[in-house]
Amino acid sequence: MVSLIPSHDLGLVNLRRRGRVGLGMAALAAVLAAALLCSLGIGAVGLEPGTILSILLAPLGIDLPWSFAPRDEAVLYAIRMPRTLLGLLVGAGLALAGAALQGLFRNPLADPALIGVSSGAAMAAVAVIVAGAPLMSLFGAGMASSVLPMAAFLGGLAATVIVYGVASRNGETDVPTMLLAGVAINAIAGAAIGMLIFLSDDQQLRDLSFWLLGSLGGVTWAKLLPAVPLLVLGLVTLPLFACHLNAFLLGESDAFHLGFNVERSKRTIVALAALLVGAGVALTGIIGFVGLVVPHVVRLLLGPDHRALLPASALLGGGLMLLADLAARTLVLPAELPIGALTSCIGGPFFLAMLLCRRGQGGLRC
Amino acid sequence: MLTADGVSVLRGGRAILDRVSLAVPPGQLTVLLGPNGAGKSTLFSILSGGLRPDAGVAALDGQSLRTWRPDALARRRAVLVQRSELGFPMRVLEVVLLGRAPFAGRQSRDRDLAAVRRALGETDTTHLADRVFTTLSGGERQRVQLARVLAQIDGGTGAAAPEARFLMLDEPTAGLDLLHQYTCLEIARGVAAGGGGVLAVLHDLNLAAMFADRICLLRQGRVVAIGPPDTVITEPLLADTFGLPLRVTPHPTRGCPSVMAA
Repeated sequence: MVSLIPSHDLGLVNLRRRGRVGLGMAALAAVLAAALLCSLGIGAVGLEPGTILSILLAPLGIDLPWSFAPRDEAVLYAIRMPRTLLGLLVGAGLALAGAALQGLFRNPLADPALIGVSSGAAMAAVAVIVAGAPLMSLFGAGMASSVLPMAAFLGGLAATVIVYGVASRNGETDVPTMLLAGVAINAIAGAAIGMLIFLSDDQQLRDLSFWLLGSLGGVTWAKLLPAVPLLVLGLVTLPLFACHLNAFLLGESDAFHLGFNVERSKRTIVALAALLVGAGVALTGIIGFVGLVVPHVVRLLLGPDHRALLPASALLGGGLMLLADLAARTLVLPAELPIGALTSCIGGPFFLAMLLCRRGQGGLRC
Repeated sequence: MLTADGVSVLRGGRAILDRVSLAVPPGQLTVLLGPNGAGKSTLFSILSGGLRPDAGVAALDGQSLRTWRPDALARRRAVLVQRSELGFPMRVLEVVLLGRAPFAGRQSRDRDLAAVRRALGETDTTHLADRVFTTLSGGERQRVQLARVLAQIDGGTGAAAPEARFLMLDEPTAGLDLLHQYTCLEIARGVAAGGGGVLAVLHDLNLAAMFADRICLLRQGRVVAIGPPDTVITEPLLADTFGLPLRVTPHPTRGCPSVMAA
């Protein structure tokens, strides 16, 4: 059948699509850069962007016109940098994991915290902190800080596998079942965490309660570094599955017909998402809704193509986490708000709004 | 050649397919016909490589589908399934470009875009390219999905593809208006004329009689008859298979059999 539309139009459509993506990515990168500067600069000791640059470049022998005190240097290296790096990696990781899980479940309501992945990871981490105390004293603290992220990863992985197994049949995810499975896992993990808290001593109790609300506070290089390779591995590897996730949007059987090894990519994507969430939870506790809100916003900006969605979600996730942390540590000085409570304050109503929106379009299914 | 050789599928002790053999040769449009529950979709799934038979072998070029790598298989055959929904609001161009996924990194972007352009043109969907898939009507979605599988088996305009490609269509005309039903089957014929093999599951006996080179009639998991339309679309065979008395007369202009209720 002959079309009346000139054929060069298609190239134009494609060009426009890619232009939209390029522009959006640039905007998100700018947001992230601004968030980085704010996160490094704002606090009890304020650091100008110029000062930050000249501190960072000084070891390379580059002198910039901004002078700084040794105290500024110490604040930047020992306090701001690990915290900023933590926020960046965990925010990017949660948003990326959320975007990937949503693609896999073929539904935008799959949030790592909502469907129980985060609480599965938290349960495993709490178990290590409380029940593992004797083990820690045996192996030393260095070992402990690397066991924690691994345990959280395994806990998150177990939760993801259970939710997927319960909610999916023949490649179709039943969304109410997925959310209810998440409720069940959250309940089980909550109960287990409650039991473990009951068993814990006073010091552990203090650590746990703040950690469970989610916080980037008190991070040191020593705590951060063991988890960095895990987070970086997930952040670098998961976007490689963008084409697989695009094919998954058509359904699992179509993904197979398009030549993807469905079972293998599914397993890898689930494991990498659990790795990101698990390692993040081990460091910061449960920070909900980042994985829900960020991919949703990015999809509105750039469309659902995972080749753009995954890296863009990571960019925006890192940026938003830094800004949320900035709010958490500056709004009620000298105290600090738990960031998990803060993100839930924003994310909960956002989730309700999404549900109301979808109610008009035929419910939970897309 | 795409073949099923003595394939059986058992579910709960009952044979859904019972030692069925079928060959889908290149250059022909082969149609699967039969009443509900005859095993058409099961046989279709087996030939697509998505389902493994409990007995027998399904093969492409003599090599069991079980041992084909999914990506290598996807470069030789495309499958249009009945129900294709999308999880997220992708644009039509993005959906059809997915058909080129098996060739990622093997061919230039221009080559992919050319295949997509041809597929959109053939299915009369070029004007939808920038539309969001989930906002289309059912028939439009079906045509876009057809464009996607056509883009997948596109062999280029120059020299013929070295190996025959296969197009598998499960009830491709469902939900289409009359014009697009005919267009769809003419496209399938075109693929066959270009040297590709086509297997289509159809429900409309007249469409099958008009367009098929060969028809495979299934009933209760067994092959009742295989052959050209005028040997399969006959009153005794149809009455026996569908349990309904039917009149078969020659089509006034096309000469193929034409079916109506008796």
